[in-house]
Amino acid sequence: MNARADIAVIDYGMGNLRSVSKALEHVAPDAVVAVTADAAIIRDAARVVFPGVGAMAECMRELQQRGLVEAVRDAAARKPFLGICLGMQMLFEHSEEGDTAGLGILPGRVRRFADEAMYDNRNERLKVPHMGWNEVHQAMPHPLWHGIADEARFYFVHSYYVEASDPAMVSGYSLYPFPFTCAIAADNIFAVQFHPEKSQEAGLALLANFTIWNGKMVAPSDAIAQPGRSGLITS
Amino acid sequence: MGLARRIIPCLDVSAGRVVKGVHFAGLRDAGDPVEIARRYDREGADELAFLDITASIEQRDLILPIIEAVAAEVFIPLTVGGGVREVNDVRRLLNAGADKVSINTTAVTNPRIVADAAARFGSQCIVVAIDAKTNGNGSWEVFIHGGRTATGLDAIDWAVKMQALGAGEILLTSIDRDGTKSGFNIPLTSAVAEAVGIPVIASGGVGDLQHLSDGILLGGADAVLAASIFHFGEYTIHDAKAHMRRNGIEVRQ
Repeated sequence: MNARADIAVIDYGMGNLRSVSKALEHVAPDAVVAVTADAAIIRDAARVVFPGVGAMAECMRELQQRGLVEAVRDAAARKPFLGICLGMQMLFEHSEEGDTAGLGILPGRVRRFADEAMYDNRNERLKVPHMGWNEVHQAMPHPLWHGIADEARFYFVHSYYVEASDPAMVSGYSLYPFPFTCAIAADNIFAVQFHPEKSQEAGLALLANFTIWNGKMVAPSDAIAQPGRSGLITS
Repeated sequence: MGLARRIIPCLDVSAGRVVKGVHFAGLRDAGDPVEIARRYDREGADELAFLDITASIEQRDLILPIIEAVAAEVFIPLTVGGGVREVNDVRRLLNAGADKVSINTTAVTNPRIVADAAARFGSQCIVVAIDAKTNGNGSWEVFIHGGRTATGLDAIDWAVKMQALGAGEILLTSIDRDGTKSGFNIPLTSAVAEAVGIPVIASGGVGDLQHLSDGILLGGADAVLAASIFHFGEYTIHDAKAHMRRNGIEVRQ
């Protein structure tokens, strides 16, 4: 295994990391992508992906047992960092799922969709987990949205969602049936509730944007002049 | 606009090939699984389901390299089921690239597997597959072992129990309709969809596009699964989506 990685995918024993790494390799064939639990590789990687599926308490426990909390904090403090699903939720202070403390890197909490039946405006029952392809409304311009149409659909599967204390952090939201935050942007951190690695063209475009992101929030106006991106534009 | 209803082509896999049967028997070869998966992805499938119906346990591992190959190039969710007996089987399928694992017979013979797998991997990746057959008395009975063994369990009660144990989704197949091309069992579908708060995938009996929209509009399903109408080229996924859209159903482009 390569001791250095361009992109480290943090492996703490939860979830399907193969699809995340395969998708990254697909969009950045020249990058060294390492699925790793090695804190040194994570520390030295140029950018870090923090995925996660499953139960929040179990994820936090595994992260602690493998001694990776500091590696996550360090990466989230200073380099292009992409949280996915539970990897987004764990960045916040607290989750209703199992009354679990998160990493507290970002202010806010994680809440469950209502237990009582929810209905949409056509009076159709909305099931939990929120599972399938929903429209993502981009709440701000951001380099990771580059080339992705506003309201493009991404694949979701979750029962809990993030409620950020600072609304200025919300970079995307979806409706189920109320607007909930599905993307967060805070300096070098971008985090999404949906699964870009399972969201076909739109998801691959977001991952491709991440692999060349400099970690700055401002969408540079010259981004459109960057080469090699025209193939990523999705409807 | 919000969550789209899903169209899920199902690939029944036996010893490494996609096959299709009628009434759970009489298999016909339908092609190479990776190639078929690739085509459905291109056509806009929202998800793919793989059901391993290989008879022998030894040959069942043949599904793993197939899932690995599909997951390396198809970036949509993959559900894999068939022959899942223990939590470790769930882990192996997830590690191969499955996003969700469906459990059928073992959920009946050892319901704890559903709770254990949901606790370990999360409800979002645990699908309970229910094969149901119409009773004389207007209810539906759960069958296992590929439709051969009656359980005495009521399908609606069973779906509710599986939700309580941690299932994240129900894959509901009508044995009476499977392979008949006469449409979903709508009363069964709507009874289960109303009884549970988790998504329900309707399966069994799709013969034309109207059946797909009926599953959603009349059956209340969150997703519809079909095999032969797509495998043998009668309709593309694109045709199915266009039909759904014409009928006012929200679908992904």
